[in-house]
Amino acid sequence: MIKSLRWLMPHPFLTLLLAVVWTLLQNSVSAGMVVFGIILGILIPWATAVWWPDTPRSFHLTKMMKYAVVVIWDIMVANVQVAWIVLTVPNAKLRPAWIVVPLELKQPEAITMLAGTITLTPGTVSADLSDAGHSLLVHVLHTDDPDAVRDEIKDRYERRLKEIFA
Amino acid sequence: MIWQIIGMYAVGLALLIGAGFALVGAIGLMKFNDSMTRLHAPTKVGTVGIGSLLLASMIHSYVYAEGSMHELLIMAFLFVTAPISANFIAKVNIHKRSCDTPPSPPRDDTWSTLNVPEADREVAAE
Repeated sequence: MIKSLRWLMPHPFLTLLLAVVWTLLQNSVSAGMVVFGIILGILIPWATAVWWPDTPRSFHLTKMMKYAVVVIWDIMVANVQVAWIVLTVPNAKLRPAWIVVPLELKQPEAITMLAGTITLTPGTVSADLSDAGHSLLVHVLHTDDPDAVRDEIKDRYERRLKEIFA
Repeated sequence: MIWQIIGMYAVGLALLIGAGFALVGAIGLMKFNDSMTRLHAPTKVGTVGIGSLLLASMIHSYVYAEGSMHELLIMAFLFVTAPISANFIAKVNIHKRSCDTPPSPPRDDTWSTLNVPEADREVAAE
């Protein structure tokens, strides 16, 4: 049973996501459209399976929700901080810095999510990945202590992502 | 009736917050003087600024009309695509050496943008 479900939906989360997006696109919930969304959610991952070679071994949806709440809160707080920096700190006093974040994450999906999170939380932009994928290059707009920023990224986001994709 | 008045103020507040952050983003884009710090300004407009404007649109549709959920999708797609464009601008900056050279990574040879394949070295040097 589980095996046939696996065969039908190699990426269950993607199926769910496609069904939800399709329903939202309709702008009204009706049974027919939800069913059609599920059909699309099964057909599209199947048709594009070639481009998704490795399924993440596990994915904790509840931890993912908590992570999303933390990130959205951080985006709002950090936006106000950066708006303050833009309006009050003169260019001469601005101290941008490169920081290198050594990665413990291995899965490409997890690293992509970490990089996206870093860019969305204002004040930091993830710029590059090292050639073998062991470190992430991050640009910080204004900081006195680059090491503290690195530790915060590792503790706040990477630790949670490790649990999500554990 | 009372909901319409509350809705009106909520829409106005959300519009003001969104417009304010968009303005700060634009000021940041003008004010900073190198390409890497400038990159930080648009990522701000893309998140809270647009998010707040879309929230205004959603509240308006729920108070005055049937309601609309498209804004959630717009926000989701923006959140997924904004980091990609920021990342590409950063990569171009590193590639063109138009910013400080980043410190080399501790465990690997180099950053992937600076890792030019053998055959393209001459083109890259020009």
